[in-house]
Amino acid sequence: MNAPLRRVGVVVMVLFGLLFVNLNYVQAYKADEYRNSDYNGRVQVAEYERKRGIIEAGGTPLATSKETSGKLKFLRTYPKGEVYAHALGYKPVNLADTGIEKSENDFLAGTSDQLFGDRVRDLFTGNQTAGGNILLTLSPRAQETAFRELANNRKDVPRGAAVAIDPSTGAIQALVSMPSFDPNPLVDHDTEKAQAAYKQLDAAENGPLKNRALSETFPPGSTFKVITSAAALENGYEPETRIPAGPAYLAPTAGQEIRNAVPSICPQTQVTLITALTDSCNTGFAQLGVKLGADKLKDEARQFGFEDDELAVGRLNGSGQKVAASRTGEMATPDGNDDPPSVAQSSIGQNNVRMTPLQGALIAATVANDGRQMRPYLVQQQLGPDRTTDYYTAVPKELREPVSAEVAKQLQDMMVSVVQNGTGTNARISGYRVGGKTGTAETGGNSDDHGWFIGFAINSAGKPISAVCVFLEDAGSGGSAEAARISQQIMRAVIADRGGR
Amino acid sequence: MTAPPGSASTPAPTGELPRVRVAARSRRNAELALLLLAMLVSAAYAATAEANLLDTVTFDFWVPIVSLTAVFLAIHVVVRFLAPYADPVLIPAVALINGLGVAFLRRLDLSKANPDERADLTMFSGTGGRQLAWTLLSVALAAGLLVLIRDHRAISRYAYTLVLAGIVLVITPALLPAKYSQVNPESDAKLWISVGGFTIQPGEFAKLALLVFFAYYLVRKREVLSLASRRFLGIDFPRGRDLGPVIVVWLISLAVLVFQKDLGTSLLYFGMFVVTLYIATERVSWLIIGLLLFFGGAVLAWYLGSTIGGPFASFYTRVDIWLDPYGDPYGTGWQTLQGLLGLGTGGLFGTGPGAGQPTEIPEVHTDFVFAGLGEEIGLFGLSALLVVYLLIIERGLRAALAVRDSFGKLLAGGLSFTVCLQLFVIIGGVSGLIPLTGQTTPFLSAGGSSLMANWLLVAALLRISDAARRPVDSASPARPGGAPAGPPPQLHGATTEVIRP
Repeated sequence: MNAPLRRVGVVVMVLFGLLFVNLNYVQAYKADEYRNSDYNGRVQVAEYERKRGIIEAGGTPLATSKETSGKLKFLRTYPKGEVYAHALGYKPVNLADTGIEKSENDFLAGTSDQLFGDRVRDLFTGNQTAGGNILLTLSPRAQETAFRELANNRKDVPRGAAVAIDPSTGAIQALVSMPSFDPNPLVDHDTEKAQAAYKQLDAAENGPLKNRALSETFPPGSTFKVITSAAALENGYEPETRIPAGPAYLAPTAGQEIRNAVPSICPQTQVTLITALTDSCNTGFAQLGVKLGADKLKDEARQFGFEDDELAVGRLNGSGQKVAASRTGEMATPDGNDDPPSVAQSSIGQNNVRMTPLQGALIAATVANDGRQMRPYLVQQQLGPDRTTDYYTAVPKELREPVSAEVAKQLQDMMVSVVQNGTGTNARISGYRVGGKTGTAETGGNSDDHGWFIGFAINSAGKPISAVCVFLEDAGSGGSAEAARISQQIMRAVIADRGGR
Repeated sequence: MTAPPGSASTPAPTGELPRVRVAARSRRNAELALLLLAMLVSAAYAATAEANLLDTVTFDFWVPIVSLTAVFLAIHVVVRFLAPYADPVLIPAVALINGLGVAFLRRLDLSKANPDERADLTMFSGTGGRQLAWTLLSVALAAGLLVLIRDHRAISRYAYTLVLAGIVLVITPALLPAKYSQVNPESDAKLWISVGGFTIQPGEFAKLALLVFFAYYLVRKREVLSLASRRFLGIDFPRGRDLGPVIVVWLISLAVLVFQKDLGTSLLYFGMFVVTLYIATERVSWLIIGLLLFFGGAVLAWYLGSTIGGPFASFYTRVDIWLDPYGDPYGTGWQTLQGLLGLGTGGLFGTGPGAGQPTEIPEVHTDFVFAGLGEEIGLFGLSALLVVYLLIIERGLRAALAVRDSFGKLLAGGLSFTVCLQLFVIIGGVSGLIPLTGQTTPFLSAGGSSLMANWLLVAALLRISDAARRPVDSASPARPGGAPAGPPPQLHGATTEVIRP
């Protein structure tokens, strides 16, 4: 019996050899894949072992981490709750992360390549340093004013958005979407509670999780007349050039005529371009658009940033929260020619024209900044865990230059005239050159009109301070005047934050 | 052939004997030294685990390990007097694995307990404490077996009693209502007899009883099984009517699979029988028939699982998970995947005792103890552990080679191979080498039945190795040759080698 016993011994060796080889495969060859697998709960625990960096703006901490006694060591907290929710995003345990918390995750978590040196140092000192810190461009006073004024708007509108940009740099000063939400329940370590909170917000009326400032587009109404004006000025018109107007305009082949908001606006057959913008003359701009043609309109809009699918707001090298592309939409008949009724409607920001509030602020900022559009950004600085090492500081970048400085100056004068003599008087700030354009967009169906205001403030030294866009969804009549008032409040807050300079 | 007493100068013609004769020293002091070393390693594991989990080593961390040491020392003393020539490596090797098992289970209890209750975890509380108590009882049982059975051949007298008991043990859970036979509500395996909070896993004991019977039966029948044959393709195949026993065991195995839904145990019984049959008859054809029947059965079970489901469905699911661990990561594949992730996280060196998160793996204290331990001791630690297991098996096979009677050879060979097969089935299953089938990991998994059965197995190997290594001239006086302990006559003169015509 010894011969088979020895052979059984060999079989035992072979079986153990197989186990050994397979263990090598699992624990050495596949180890990294398994260690970092999405299904590996240890990854999460490890992620929460390190104190996540702080997000702050103007010295105000907006997202911090506090130590807990639970399995996940640090709890993310947002001290300002819903005021900054859409600008920051949130970093939950099991749900998807969003906003700056998502785009700057590597740096905040301390796992980015930039912080490699800190991790190596930790290996030797045995300390667990925190993640890096992010400084935002937001002006806390402007952000809080924007949030408060939107939430308490005098038209009791439940939905809207506000964006403020520094025209000369592109730094975002305020970014609010209404209604907002408190991100704290979403990052609860009890994942079931967090899930329930998310479901409740996701199903809530008015969609608080939607970022109306960046990710939603709406018909811009008369604010689009700034683009139409720019197209005209680029094509040989002057602010004083007289354009056809009238109480009503029926475009060729159109079934319905275009009228002005009230009969008192531009009833005469001709008005100057500047008057047409100041009084928001629909008939004048509709005819102007048809005369210029769809191509020129679309081209001008594209130069101001429409149709841009790539824009993201975060750091200047492109990482950040994606911005929905604004669209001019189709204005042609099926055979490819201009469709005059569509062109006429599009020239006054109706038909298929759609715009994000951020795009509105960008238009105002470009005009204020002498025709140079700066790339918008939200991250001012990446500070190391020690709060002194500077890993990144935003260097403003020009995004595009849609109009010449000369045309921009003419547009500034026209928009200032709107605030001085026209529909945007609510935006006036003494001591500052404030320009803007109101918009009242028909939304079709039974909904009320949207109220818009885009505008800018230039100080006495000729330097643009702020450009804003305020949007009130389904605001009804008077919505644009309220939007102008809120814009003025936001710009005042920016001025106050800069110490009145 | 059993060497006649008094012929020490002329070694029996069994090839192995001369080598064994030279080494025939008691080596009990070596056993003692190895045993103390093994307990030192276990104590080190327990201390490191506490240091990592509690940030301190409690004042009485050594109590469980020292009580283990005391009881292992007791069986060492029993062996010193009652089996002085027993293999000196068996007890230390088993003690090491058993000690690590208790330390690891206690470590699991510590990580599950609330931080403020951890230090107060008493010696016998939790899974680790129960394992400790079971170890004390199991070792006492093993010592009892050594005291009662002074000659392993005496066991064969109870072969028929044992097989009857074994079959009753195997089928009882299958016949009991689920309330009394299913411990884990998530698994549909019916493996237990559970009455009033007290649970035994009869399969663990049935394994031993069946093996004793196989050895006894095959010693008697080996002549006819090995001699009468037909030659086909150069291999001797048995006659059709001699296939009876192997078919019967195959059917029993299938019945276990179908009624208890336990592929692992079914495979274990069948493998056990085929290998003892092969050792007894020295016929490769038995192995071929066995492998064909096994793989045929497995493929059939898989096919039936894919078509009719029923009792085969769980086997089909297991194969699915084996083929693609990521297939159903949050459902049926969760446990297997978490086991792999745990092993992968451990990597080469492991996280260190107490520093991993083995509790991420479901059932880590029973079926998946190997994966849990693997996370903490890494590939190197697991390889060492495999070597210790290999040592136990090879020592058992050596005893089988050296012992002079056929029954002893078959029993020791069968027992050793059973340990090997069981390890292969569970470790291969946990590490993804073969489809997972539930089995306990000998001496490591939590569970009284498994510990007791495996310690009885070790006692049997100790007894046989004592007979194998005992110098022949001292055989008669050392054996208290009372009449009741004597072997049955028909096994006395049985040859150990096949006489080929």
